[in-house]
Amino acid sequence: MQKDILIKYILGIADNSLILGQRLGELTGHGPTLEVDIAMTNISLDLFGQVRSYFQYTAQLSEEDKTEDDFAFLRKEREYINVLLVEQPNRDFGYTIARQFLFDHFHFLFLNELQNSKDKTLVAIAKKSLKEVSYHRRFSSDWIKRLGDGTEESKRKIQIAINDLWRFTEELFHQTNADVEAIKEGIGIDTDKIKAKYLENVSEVLAEAMLEKPDLKFFQEGGKKGIHSEHMGYLLNDMQYMQRTYPGMKW
Amino acid sequence: MSEQEVKNLEEIFEQKIARDEKIEPKDWMPEKYRKTHIRQMSQHAHSEIIGMLPEGNWITRAPSLRRKVALLAKVQDEAGHGLYLYSACETLGISREELYEQLHTGKAKYSSIFNYPTVTWADMGAIGWLVDGAAIINQVPLCSTSFGPYARAMVRVCKEESFHQRQGYEIMLTLCRGSEEQKQMAQDALNRWWWPSLMMLGPTDDASTHTEQSMKWKLKRKTNDELRQQFIDQTIPQADILGLTIPDKDLKWNEETGHYDFGEINWDEFWQVVKGHGPCNKERLQTRVDAWENGAWVRDAAMAYSEKKAAKKVQKAS
Repeated sequence: MQKDILIKYILGIADNSLILGQRLGELTGHGPTLEVDIAMTNISLDLFGQVRSYFQYTAQLSEEDKTEDDFAFLRKEREYINVLLVEQPNRDFGYTIARQFLFDHFHFLFLNELQNSKDKTLVAIAKKSLKEVSYHRRFSSDWIKRLGDGTEESKRKIQIAINDLWRFTEELFHQTNADVEAIKEGIGIDTDKIKAKYLENVSEVLAEAMLEKPDLKFFQEGGKKGIHSEHMGYLLNDMQYMQRTYPGMKW
Repeated sequence: MSEQEVKNLEEIFEQKIARDEKIEPKDWMPEKYRKTHIRQMSQHAHSEIIGMLPEGNWITRAPSLRRKVALLAKVQDEAGHGLYLYSACETLGISREELYEQLHTGKAKYSSIFNYPTVTWADMGAIGWLVDGAAIINQVPLCSTSFGPYARAMVRVCKEESFHQRQGYEIMLTLCRGSEEQKQMAQDALNRWWWPSLMMLGPTDDASTHTEQSMKWKLKRKTNDELRQQFIDQTIPQADILGLTIPDKDLKWNEETGHYDFGEINWDEFWQVVKGHGPCNKERLQTRVDAWENGAWVRDAAMAYSEKKAAKKVQKAS
């Protein structure tokens, strides 16, 4: 497989972890309890750990002399190809948990399949990450249940967040050209095959949480093509601040 | 209980401490001992929690993935320290809610150092190197303090703090071996954090109100001035390795005493910050209050959910 296409395929996976990890990092020190604060920082740490593995691999694949940090910090906004879901802001704990929940269930199924990739490095990363992500999925699903079946207020808030973020779920399964190529080669995984299971798993948790599954006709997309929401530029401003202000330095 | 009985208990208690035996939560202890420990341990826990904020300020802007992961982990460690210090405190019969209440209303204090802003990346290095360095000097003696849960918590805290300090120093070292601009950034951070770090070791001995009693209970083994001298003596050679200048024109080695002499500390600034008028006092406290208040509905939900679950279990069982 062409290296630049493989790199693009990996970026499509890694960018989701990068941007979600960054969003969670904003919350360290601001959690509703100390225990939740620690848990969410942990998830952020796991995601950044995964990102490092992916980007170290893309740096190795790259023809140019690149490092993991070049991939993380030195691309233009249009070159990041994460899904819109993960860049959505931390409006409140409900949004944070809903975003996590909707992503974790996808992430889990995705990594589970990625274990069968023909690319040995991706298999190794998937195996390691899967353990972490199964914990993430349990954490966010448990909170969906607590909030959904907690108080009137929490039920209302988490339902609003689920309703609002649902429009970004369809994009999780979209395939870019690089995705299609990678699937053809047996390296990438066919997201069409996990969609039904995703909806089934998510619906199960929502039902147990006494929440309604939104019934939407229209969905939002763009992130995977590098067309992001207006939130993204500000997120990158923070994330890239040091690298942009002091180019070429070692830290 | 008769006066004689209390006296006997007090005697047994004092003898235990003299024998270096630990006092455990269920043991009898004088009320003053309990109160002093609640005050000191909660102050320590609050410092960990407030201390997450100045460093948390740079998580989203850390300059590399490696540094970002290390910083996240460090701030998370601080949350962990807060958690087990609060737990140790709770063994003395006060709830976490009461402790937070004391913090949020300004009744409880926390370390003043966290009321200074973190304005550049180099501050992450300076805090690790100097602030954690000073904290270790304060805390190592507590590993053998008389109250068991506190002593045990401190063993773990100190291990992690010393890792943080090395990590901070390594950030400084990288900056000092980098470009001129990076070195200046490191010097600037040292200039801003040096004096507040010296103040962290507490007021001078003649102005310190709790020292005598704390020494007796092994909450303290050395006086503030002794600890400060120790900190200065150990830090100056480290600054030399970095090639940085300590911002104190009166600093010089004293052959006779075998210690460094140093300049006058601005105690007016210290008291100003302690009393709530430092650069970030209002912001730090407000941030904690906001986190607590914004999280109220989440905690309520968790509580309601677990009550429902428990009720269902009872129903099933009957």
